[in-house]
Amino acid sequence: MQINKTAVALIGLGLVAPFILYPVFLMKVLCFALFACAFNLLLGFVGLLSFGHAAFLGTGGYITGYMMLHVGLTPELGILCGTVAAGVLGAIYGKLAVKREGIYFAMVTLALAQLIFFMYLQAPFTGGEDGMQGVPRGELFGFIDLSDNMTMYYFVFAIFLFGFWLVNRTVHSPFGQILKAIRENEPRAVSLGYNVNDYKWVAFVISAALAGLAGSTKTLVFQLASLTDAHWHMSGEVVLMTLLGGMGTIFGPIVGAASVVTIQNYLSGGELGNYIHIIMGLIFVVCVLAFRNGIVGEIQKVIKRNFGN
Amino acid sequence: MSVDYVLQTTDLVKEFKGFTAVDNVNLNVERGTIHALIGPNGAGKTTVFNLLTKFLIPTRGQILYNGEDITQMHSAEIARKGVIRSFQISAVFPHLTVLENVRIALQRKEGNSFHFWKSDRVLNKLNARAIELLESVGLQDFANTTTVDLSYGRKRALEIATTLALDPELMLLDEPTQGMGHEDVDVVSDLIKRVSADRTILMVEHNLHVVSKLADNITVLQRGAILTEGDYETVSADPRVREAYLGVSEDEVVPGTEADKAQQAAKEEVTV
Repeated sequence: MQINKTAVALIGLGLVAPFILYPVFLMKVLCFALFACAFNLLLGFVGLLSFGHAAFLGTGGYITGYMMLHVGLTPELGILCGTVAAGVLGAIYGKLAVKREGIYFAMVTLALAQLIFFMYLQAPFTGGEDGMQGVPRGELFGFIDLSDNMTMYYFVFAIFLFGFWLVNRTVHSPFGQILKAIRENEPRAVSLGYNVNDYKWVAFVISAALAGLAGSTKTLVFQLASLTDAHWHMSGEVVLMTLLGGMGTIFGPIVGAASVVTIQNYLSGGELGNYIHIIMGLIFVVCVLAFRNGIVGEIQKVIKRNFGN
Repeated sequence: MSVDYVLQTTDLVKEFKGFTAVDNVNLNVERGTIHALIGPNGAGKTTVFNLLTKFLIPTRGQILYNGEDITQMHSAEIARKGVIRSFQISAVFPHLTVLENVRIALQRKEGNSFHFWKSDRVLNKLNARAIELLESVGLQDFANTTTVDLSYGRKRALEIATTLALDPELMLLDEPTQGMGHEDVDVVSDLIKRVSADRTILMVEHNLHVVSKLADNITVLQRGAILTEGDYETVSADPRVREAYLGVSEDEVVPGTEADKAQQAAKEEVTV
């Protein structure tokens, strides 16, 4: 009930936001928010720290870019291709990674993501360091022109809502119930007859595909697919967004992504632009040391303490 | 011999880097009985348990369940065949409610545990059965409590309810009364007695009072090997068992010393 009310408020906010704020900035926030939600599904609800989610964001972006540039697909099909490609990559990576736990899981995902990064660096179709430029936004379903930022915004908003809904549904599904059980007590889940690795794998694939969806959408927004999205920095950034917003909460990743993107935008314009990584690093340290539940987590605690039953 | 065994091991061995934790154990668990595995600390009881439930892989030997060789199977696989274990530390899902804990077990047979596109409201049809199971262990009033807030004894009761939800043929209980106060010990041992109808229970237990009350058969382990077997009278009369528990034999103890007092106390416990 609480979540429904907050969700309705957020949808309302999302619908009017482009009249107040610059739509391209908002679209960037939405893409990263979706990316962080996908990541949070693994970290917050299964307890798996992937350190290679940039691979899926990047793959979604490059495949969609390629499909739009060279195959001439319509945007919805281009995005679908990018998402499926990231999902397939996630299926392969996930199979290898879920066999390991804790730090080893993180290292396997990092290593595999680096593999993909260097592949994209060398592959001719990606444009290497220059990135894949001039990706057309195209016409949605063949007749809605997306070159207008307002139209594009509502398309991105719809995609975001779908992704957000899917994460939320997965968490509150019969499957999500088993994920929680695994996070809470894995040996017990095994002793009750669940093949926990299969469940982790499915969650990994969903998370990878949604990360790909975020990357695909981002490529259309900026008409560019670049190496930045596949770089390990990006894998780290999504960890920061999720922790800052509140890991394991439904709205945390959105708040975290919005905060990080805002801070970055604000800083990169000013004199402090050169210190951006130091400042982000400091925020990360403060967040982990002082408020481990993240922004949303802390707010929830305050609400529970004062109004809870 | 026409005795019906649910679980049998033949020459079961587990070695850890040169150290033999389980040494040629031949265990025979008769169907429909409560079988206790006892022995001093470090005797290998929990290792045997982990071998039986596949949390450890045996170095050598064979494990038969209903005559089928399960030596190479995975934990989750034998769980689906009806062998469900508990753990030394209470095995619950702490941040789920008591009801949800039981539902996790009931859910497995529903075949929807991979359905991520459905609402978890479809699980509500399991609630009635879950409440029934909670009633059987006296936890019906705590259905909506977050499990972490339960007392230790109630957590163990919940664990038993969760295990019962799978209607296991063979229940393996690892020290079910460990760390409990007297009251909880009685409650849980009554509970075990009650649920033992129609099924077989193999339990590791330190509390000899509980063992004497519950167990039909007892296997005593020492240094990874079977010391002796039999019913409570046979086992408790065996001087080697007392020696194993105290580290010295009775006649070596000087009367009036600490060791003697300890042995007297232990004897009292054994003969309760």
